[in-house]
Amino acid sequence: MLITCPYCGPRDVIEFTYQGDGNRERPQPASQDLDAWNAYVYDRLNPAGDHNEIWQHSGGCRAHLRVVRNTITHEILSTAFARGGHKAEGRS
Amino acid sequence: MSPRRTETGGCIDRLRTIRFTFDGAPYTGHIGDTLASALLANGVTLFGRSFKYHRPRGLLAAGVEEPNALVTVLRGEVREPNIPATMVEIYDGLVAVSQNRTPSLTWDIGAINQLGGKILSAGFYYKTFMGPVFGPLKGTRFWMFCEHFIRRAAGLGKAGTAPDPARYERMNAFCDVLVVGSGPAGLMAAKAAADQGARVILADLEAHFGGSANWSGETIDGMPAVDWAQRMAAQLAGNDNVRLLPRTTVWGYYDGNTLAALERVTDHKEVAAKGEPRQRYWAIRAGTVVLATGSFERPLVFPDNDRPGVMLAHAAERYVNEYGVLPGQRVALFTNNDSAYRSAVALKEAGAAVVAIIDVRSDVTNEMRRLASDAEAELLAGHAVVATEGGKALTGLKVQRFDAMSGSLSGDERSIHADSLLMSGGWSPTIHLASQAGAKAEWDPARQAFLPPKPTQRWIGAGAFTGSFSTAEAIAEGRAAGLQAAGGTASSGPLPVVEAAPGDSDPAPVFEIRAKGKSFVDFQHDVTAEDVRLAHREGFVSVEHLKRYTTLGMATDQGKNSNVPGLAIMAEALGKPIPEVGTTRFRPPYTAVSIGSLAAERFGDLKPERLTPMHDWHIANGARMYSAGLWYRPMIYGLPGETVEQAYVREARATRDSAGIVDVSTLGKIAVQGPDAAEFLDRVYTNMFSTLAVGKARYGLMLREDGLAFDDGTTWRLGEQEFLMTTTTANAGKVMQHLEYFLDVIWPELKVTVTSVTDEWAGAAIGGPNARAILAACVTGTAVDNATLPFMGIVHGRIAGVPVMICRLSFSGEMAFEVYSGAGYGTRVWEALIEAGKPFGLVTYGLEALGTMRIEKGHVTGAEIDGRTTARDLHLDWMLSKKKPFIGSAMMDREGLIAPDRLELVGLIALDNRALNGGGHIVEELDEANPHDSLGHITACCYSPALGKYIALALVKGGKARHGTRAFVSDPLRNRFGPVEIVSSHFYDPDGSRMHG
Ligand SMILES: [Zn+2]
Repeated sequence: MLITCPYCGPRDVIEFTYQGDGNRERPQPASQDLDAWNAYVYDRLNPAGDHNEIWQHSGGCRAHLRVVRNTITHEILSTAFARGGHKAEGRS
Repeated sequence: MSPRRTETGGCIDRLRTIRFTFDGAPYTGHIGDTLASALLANGVTLFGRSFKYHRPRGLLAAGVEEPNALVTVLRGEVREPNIPATMVEIYDGLVAVSQNRTPSLTWDIGAINQLGGKILSAGFYYKTFMGPVFGPLKGTRFWMFCEHFIRRAAGLGKAGTAPDPARYERMNAFCDVLVVGSGPAGLMAAKAAADQGARVILADLEAHFGGSANWSGETIDGMPAVDWAQRMAAQLAGNDNVRLLPRTTVWGYYDGNTLAALERVTDHKEVAAKGEPRQRYWAIRAGTVVLATGSFERPLVFPDNDRPGVMLAHAAERYVNEYGVLPGQRVALFTNNDSAYRSAVALKEAGAAVVAIIDVRSDVTNEMRRLASDAEAELLAGHAVVATEGGKALTGLKVQRFDAMSGSLSGDERSIHADSLLMSGGWSPTIHLASQAGAKAEWDPARQAFLPPKPTQRWIGAGAFTGSFSTAEAIAEGRAAGLQAAGGTASSGPLPVVEAAPGDSDPAPVFEIRAKGKSFVDFQHDVTAEDVRLAHREGFVSVEHLKRYTTLGMATDQGKNSNVPGLAIMAEALGKPIPEVGTTRFRPPYTAVSIGSLAAERFGDLKPERLTPMHDWHIANGARMYSAGLWYRPMIYGLPGETVEQAYVREARATRDSAGIVDVSTLGKIAVQGPDAAEFLDRVYTNMFSTLAVGKARYGLMLREDGLAFDDGTTWRLGEQEFLMTTTTANAGKVMQHLEYFLDVIWPELKVTVTSVTDEWAGAAIGGPNARAILAACVTGTAVDNATLPFMGIVHGRIAGVPVMICRLSFSGEMAFEVYSGAGYGTRVWEALIEAGKPFGLVTYGLEALGTMRIEKGHVTGAEIDGRTTARDLHLDWMLSKKKPFIGSAMMDREGLIAPDRLELVGLIALDNRALNGGGHIVEELDEANPHDSLGHITACCYSPALGKYIALALVKGGKARHGTRAFVSDPLRNRFGPVEIVSSHFYDPDGSRMHG
């Protein structure tokens, strides 16, 4: 599996660390909505198909990336910096 | 020259003789021979004993799919089992032995298994190894005794036990076009892609490029196909943008067009050249893959089709044309398609007598009739072979009239005298890599074969792989595939012209001749047609279940010959068409792969070693080291004759009496800098850091998002916008990733950078009543008195001329200081401190004493912050700020995390004055025979010199409420039972008067 880091280019998956489901929405820090916190910490979609994920380029520039990956074919559909900005197209 | 060797022809060098041994007997062969062709030339027909029944077996094939002739190759002490003799290139001094026979190949006592054929049928292992459930042998040792022999008898070669001295290599390769297979299709594809300027890799598992061109006897562009192939390969070798990989099996097709290949670099050499590895593992990332992997000829299933002398038709053609070896003198052929007629002609031309061609089809074309007469063979159309005769070698066969529509036999049996029977059951494209790449193969009724699926990755098929079995089609498809793969469209002139024997490889849909006797489907695993039907009768309807129950296709050849016949027999039993029965997915590896090649250079201890700047000093001064994660840290600085306990007790006592020093360089250190650094720390830690004054440090606690405790440590405010965070040694990496995640993903608006500076700083902690006096004796540039350096204060100064940063904080509970300097000067500062401490009797102490003093103080570490405990469980609730939200604040008060029966941190004192053990359980009632109702467990323990007792920290239900009560330790694993008193975890100096001074 290759992930295209917007800084570093296409790199082997071995350089990356999976940092969880990219669909999680963190409630406002002061929120007391326990259901929302519970959903954020525990609820996962686990789809068979396209999936939003966070990967850290831990063996490279250490940036966190938003990656859309097909969980069946492992095809990377897109990658982008998690903090926003430049977006790199995945290899089809 | 041996009797079976032809006078001319083939790719062998008759002038160069090679000597080798097989089962201890000396043989000769020629350069270009495989072990199979050389032995066949020497008249050897018996190559092995079958897996289950120990039946004599000879060569079935000539290539990688060979199921019978598996040998073990010995090199010195190293034995490599289960290699097809067809894939072993001979060299001077080669030592090979046959397998699965006791005591010898020709006289094998295991062959008695043949008499027990009924017992060893499908599902045998499942059924019998349970042992008889009734009858006189039920539950007796007799069955265990039998099992031992049955298991030993049913096996392949034995692996060696000697360490493998060979070197293996791993290579990463990148190319625009990877061509797998170098037959006419592959050669054309590689040439077309290379001509477009693409970076091309051409891999073939054989020693010589050319594939079928090496033995087809066809003519391409007016020259023998083998010469054409050599010329093409030579042209490719001259291109800078082409890498040729002979003897290289592409065995795995993975995500992202990554393929794995194994190059056998020196297996065919007597002695490897300097620097050459034995094998090379290639990880190839290809833009596009051209799959030109050809096809396999299928055996026909009929009684005793496994007798030595029964061989695939194309294999015989190959032995004749490529190796100059005749598999027999009197040859009969048995086929369901046209391709065997060409084989008959080839055998005839090489000097064999072709006595008969038995064709299951009654309507044979005139073209084929002409080929039969060219071969001077009697054509028996509408006939089938119903038996073979002979012992360890074929002597004859029996045929009967056969109706291909109904499968019925009729008329009298007729005997034919022959020493070789060549069969062709049609052809199966070698779709393994395409199947590995994803998607399911599709059944083609015309070709009676599974064709490759639609690509789910970037590959293009060409030649027999796609079901286009003629060389002319292969050449056209190969060039088109190469062009397309390289992104080219230009037609490059006329295609090479092929002259080939006529014929249509589409077979009649006949897979099995049902007559009395054992008809083998999977030769390597000894699975018969009757086994498949038995599996069906016993209720196995899924092809996957069939496979597991009969073990069909599960041997080392992975059913390269047997998959389609097995499926066809299953389909017939089920009364379903083949596509409805389905096929199994192929998985890597395509052929056996050595473990050594996968490991390549990566063997032995692969952990990096992290050493502190003072490591050499510790070693030179008698430290006994132990590994903590990747780090090496002093455990004790033992004196001669001291036990570990005596050493740490001495070190801890000396520290509390005067002063001690310990290397703390391993603590995680993270520089947190930027305008929002303080705000960030307020969110990350449970307590406040924005209120911390510059030049002061504070102890901080982090939680995880789920509200459980994560890590603790002190963080120093070095400037308005600059902090130095310390973490526990074990969690340094995790904390760093945690901080990076929140800054990058959750709060990108915060202007903060975090940098790991663990390796930039050397740290020494010096503590004890005389610690301050020692510092005063060696520190310049700053005072260290209570006013200048109060508890949690930070000063900058110099020691031995080296700039240092000193923070007054305590883990030992004594008046203590952490002295940080640049890592390169760590030893210099450390030695200066040791020197200054001499008048005070300063001791160096290790992790054991450090642990002892922290247990005496009740400080928590990873043993207590174990991923299950909350801040409240550890009595750290005083650190949970109510003034701000922080990571984990919303989740930490959930019902289960504040329940009254949670395990809480307590102290224990052993009332029987014996050592306690980590992991021992705490119970209210002692019941050594039947331990029950654990209240919790011990997390850390030691002998406390300060208390003169064996003490421990523990996590116990009820916690504080049990202080002052008695309980028991129950540790059945180590047989340690005894009374303890539950006390506060703050054993020593609970009000902190010593460290506050
Ligand atoms: Zn990167």
